[in-house]
Amino acid sequence: MITTLPPGLRDEIEQLHDDYAETVDRQDIEAWPQYFTEDCLYLVTSRENHDAGLPHGTIYCEGLAMVCDRAAATRDCTVFEPRYLRHFIGRVKVDAVDGDTVRARTPVLVVESVSDQAPHLLIVGAYHDVLRRTADGLRIKERRVVYDNFRIVNSLVFPV
Amino acid sequence: MNTATAEHAEAGHACPGTHAPEAAPITIQRRWPEEGHTRVPLWIYTDPAIFRKELSVFFGGDTWNYVGLECEVPEVGSFKRAWIGDKQVVVVRDADGINVVENRCAHRGGAICWKNKGEVKDLTCPYHQWSYNLKGDLIGVPLKRGVHGEGGMPRDFDNKQHGLRKLRVARFNGSIWASFSDTVPDFETYCGPELTQRLRRMMPGRPLRVLGYSRQLIPCNWKLYFENTRDPYHGTLLHTFFITFGLYRADSRHHTAPVAEGRHMATYAVPGERKEGLDVKQELTRFRGDLQLQDMEMVRFVDEYGDGQMSALQIFPGAFAQQHANILAMRSIVPKSPHEVELDWTYFGYADDDADMQRIRLKQANLLGPSGFVSMDDSELLKQMHNQMVGYPEAESFIEMGGRGVEPQVTMATEVGIRAFYAFYRREMGL
Repeated sequence: MITTLPPGLRDEIEQLHDDYAETVDRQDIEAWPQYFTEDCLYLVTSRENHDAGLPHGTIYCEGLAMVCDRAAATRDCTVFEPRYLRHFIGRVKVDAVDGDTVRARTPVLVVESVSDQAPHLLIVGAYHDVLRRTADGLRIKERRVVYDNFRIVNSLVFPV
Repeated sequence: MNTATAEHAEAGHACPGTHAPEAAPITIQRRWPEEGHTRVPLWIYTDPAIFRKELSVFFGGDTWNYVGLECEVPEVGSFKRAWIGDKQVVVVRDADGINVVENRCAHRGGAICWKNKGEVKDLTCPYHQWSYNLKGDLIGVPLKRGVHGEGGMPRDFDNKQHGLRKLRVARFNGSIWASFSDTVPDFETYCGPELTQRLRRMMPGRPLRVLGYSRQLIPCNWKLYFENTRDPYHGTLLHTFFITFGLYRADSRHHTAPVAEGRHMATYAVPGERKEGLDVKQELTRFRGDLQLQDMEMVRFVDEYGDGQMSALQIFPGAFAQQHANILAMRSIVPKSPHEVELDWTYFGYADDDADMQRIRLKQANLLGPSGFVSMDDSELLKQMHNQMVGYPEAESFIEMGGRGVEPQVTMATEVGIRAFYAFYRREMGL
């Protein structure tokens, strides 16, 4: 448990979250990989899997190459109904700071609006992050998007 | 419960619970198109009476339904919930084996288990704490004799007549199947030799290990999803990811085999084997020759069975056993309404997989499920398709790719799986 955070750290993490959400909500899928380190893990998984320690992810990217592949395949290889995603990111809880590495959890809500229906709740859950300070600022070494919702309504098209 | 039924229960037959209502036969005032199984009338996707009849005739009828893997209930007292159509069941292990009972108290009909998985000593309903042993027999009724001589159950109340409804259970090399029916043949006979052999290929008796679950609610009729996996024709056209990375192409050798009178389906492809002299890419407008993956492990196929095959098996009504490259998955179809189907994916591997094999399975799983590079195309498409069907119940779809017959074919350019299914469906539904 951390009693005092290094000055500016909370602002820095919030800035990262804001930029990330803005990029994803804008569906700028080419820009999405820039937030990750080369040796990253990006996982979207259910609370059911996470709590049981099961490794499967609805989206599972081990390494930046797979993050880039997810971006390229989403753009070029899939057929989906046009939609908007909107991220609502809650207050950061920093769990540990160790040198250049920060562990943090942040609540996240993603609402999806499709072409001909009322918006629905796509994801309610939290980012379980390991962030690393690099020459370019804070980057995501590990992001587990753990969703509390039992199931996904239809498809999870874009990264969250 | 009468005496005859109790004897059936002891013989391991399905046992209707005391208060389980016998549904009245549902009469459908509809006419199938004259052309027969080459046409599908769209009212079958939206009519609520059809939906109720399907639940009763198929999911509640003479069928075997996938309810889980043995490794999900490893210890005595381990349980998991599963759905068979609109009925919720509890799969629980006791000292003698695995039992499947309805998750429905014999007293007032409330749910007993409120969690998807867990450990219990017995099954106790939270409402009035009627408790059942792990076989589903009633063992305790609080205040059965009343309080200070007042109240309580009538003197002729007999625990034996108030058990949970027990289903027949079949176990196949680590998988668990259940049936509400007393008359359905044993599981392997139900599947038939070809399907049994192909299921044994992916479940040869090696202990299995669950890697995780994905669940999604697709806003379409369950049969649209069911047909989709019987339709190799679309696989070579809609799914750019497959085509581009050579995982599934129209020029691969592909077996499309309806089995057990169209009830089930076995499809398998040998992606490495191409028919010569064809360049079908020209016909595939979604082929992208310019795409490259940076991490090829997601599409690199380790030939675990030494036959180069990828295999998808449909075990009617709700189960799919899939080996796609190195992804092993059971899919369970749970119809929620005429307009919604839940799809539950259980991804697994073998308990003795090494770290490399597990990583490959996890990476490849990006192709399937709600975010799957392939599956996503289907869930998106089926929603649009169902939306369109709602307004045209009297219209019909046309399924003559590969001819008008229902015999197995060695091609992807066929809809034989759908035709064979509807030949079976009409007989069973009396349509």
